[in-house]
Amino acid sequence: MTALELESVAREFVTPDGGSYRALDNVSLAIPAGAFVAIVGPSGCGKSTLLNIAAGLVPPSSGSVRVNGEGLSGLNRSATYMFQQDALLPWKNVRENVALGLVLAGVSSAEANARANEWLARVGLSAFAAHYPSQLSGGMRKRVTMAQNWILDRGMLLMDEPFSALDVHTRQRMETELLNLWEATAENAEVAEKNSSPRAQRPLRLKKTVVFVTHDLEEAIALGDEVVVLSAGPASHVVARHPVALDRPRDLFELRTSASFIDLYRSLWAVLRDEVIKSQRDA
Amino acid sequence: MKSSRASATHNGAVLAWQLAVGAIVIAAWQTLVTLGMLDAFFVSRPSDIAQRLSTWVVSGTLWGHLATTLEESLLGLTAGAALGISLGFGFARSPMVARVFDPYIKMLNAVPRVVLAPLFLLWFGLGIWSKVALAVTLVFFVMFFNTYQGVRDADQVLIDNVRMLGASERQLVRHVLIPSALTWIFSSLQTSLGFAMVGAVVGEYLGATRGLGYVIAQAEGTFDTTGVFAGMTVLGVVVVIVSGGVSRLERWLLRWKA
Repeated sequence: MTALELESVAREFVTPDGGSYRALDNVSLAIPAGAFVAIVGPSGCGKSTLLNIAAGLVPPSSGSVRVNGEGLSGLNRSATYMFQQDALLPWKNVRENVALGLVLAGVSSAEANARANEWLARVGLSAFAAHYPSQLSGGMRKRVTMAQNWILDRGMLLMDEPFSALDVHTRQRMETELLNLWEATAENAEVAEKNSSPRAQRPLRLKKTVVFVTHDLEEAIALGDEVVVLSAGPASHVVARHPVALDRPRDLFELRTSASFIDLYRSLWAVLRDEVIKSQRDA
Repeated sequence: MKSSRASATHNGAVLAWQLAVGAIVIAAWQTLVTLGMLDAFFVSRPSDIAQRLSTWVVSGTLWGHLATTLEESLLGLTAGAALGISLGFGFARSPMVARVFDPYIKMLNAVPRVVLAPLFLLWFGLGIWSKVALAVTLVFFVMFFNTYQGVRDADQVLIDNVRMLGASERQLVRHVLIPSALTWIFSSLQTSLGFAMVGAVVGEYLGATRGLGYVIAQAEGTFDTTGVFAGMTVLGVVVVIVSGGVSRLERWLLRWKA
């Protein structure tokens, strides 16, 4: 089944001097349910615009977006969105931030808090439940954001360079935690089917579909089932799709030096390199 | 922990210096008047002012006036805040209305409040309400502009995130726009409170039967400089105490800030 389908999607913006800028042009992309797809492209190639369109935050100028087979109008309620910038509410503490989606959905505060506590334990932040975001490190804030997104247990995760602001080591840890969470959902679903005792561990849905945007090819290969390369902007479009045939679960600390990883990197870089050069020449 | 201890000693040093500065000014003032270099008729003298203050306190005349001024300030602050916040919010949420009323708001804000005082006396009489009205005209604009700015300034990423998490328009207002505006409103609380007191005192000064502004005006009418300075001293002390309280309240309300 196809979770997200973009068909000939284009998007134009009005520039400050009254002209128009075509960010995306003729992007067609089908993402199967449960896949982890990484989208790479040089900076300014419209990657964020693509995600905003998938999220329903920005309508396409032309073309169509389908989510689970149905045309998207308004916000994509099957997805959560992890932004590049910090998006935690600074005036709510960590627990309130994690519980926010449930509270918005009308879940009682006792239930929402209990489930937020579960998630805080899962991301290792139980001791920080009463802290405010400003009192946390960048990596901790990302974990809170992950919990805030995952607690809603929606089928699709849109991620816009979520870890790009972190230092290399913190970033690798966050990538590992993301993969652990994502892979755990699949196992949980199986466990949940076999063992239907309701209160044991709240079972998550079937494996989530992840659309992960990054400008870092290494990160894209390390995380994805498939890497999609976008061309340099303007009028950015899909120039290559490449499956990543690396076994899971992946050990991100060893993976990057393995021969198959390096082969993949080489062949994808051959495509991406030209686009990066183009984008730099224009800039 | 080390830094908080360091800042505690720092605070102590600051307080010591603050007291020293006050003591030096008062001592110099007293000495210059005693030596005849300043005329007590024009500037009074600290010892006389202190005596007058203690008379007011002992006889109890001070409290009634002080209570009146504080009551007017507080009513002015509350009403001005309510009006300013709700209109600021409305304007920020409907850009069309904001653009239509923009020149009028600017014109009204440019009117010197002292000019309004006699009008308010005419409309609302000599009692507290003409003073409350004057305080409202001062507080309203501070609150209005801050609320407007606070709502307009709300971070787009926070708005998008909360919408993606499932917020309705009303929930968006409640969880993002209001808290975002409140940070601006709280930070302007000091200014608003100061303005509320200025409004009340100026109103009393121009026509009243009670209040600190009335006391000062009475003293001026009889060339009683001691009374004028004593009234000013009370005002100053009250402002320092109240604004200390407001700072603490502000720190508590904005405790989530780093």
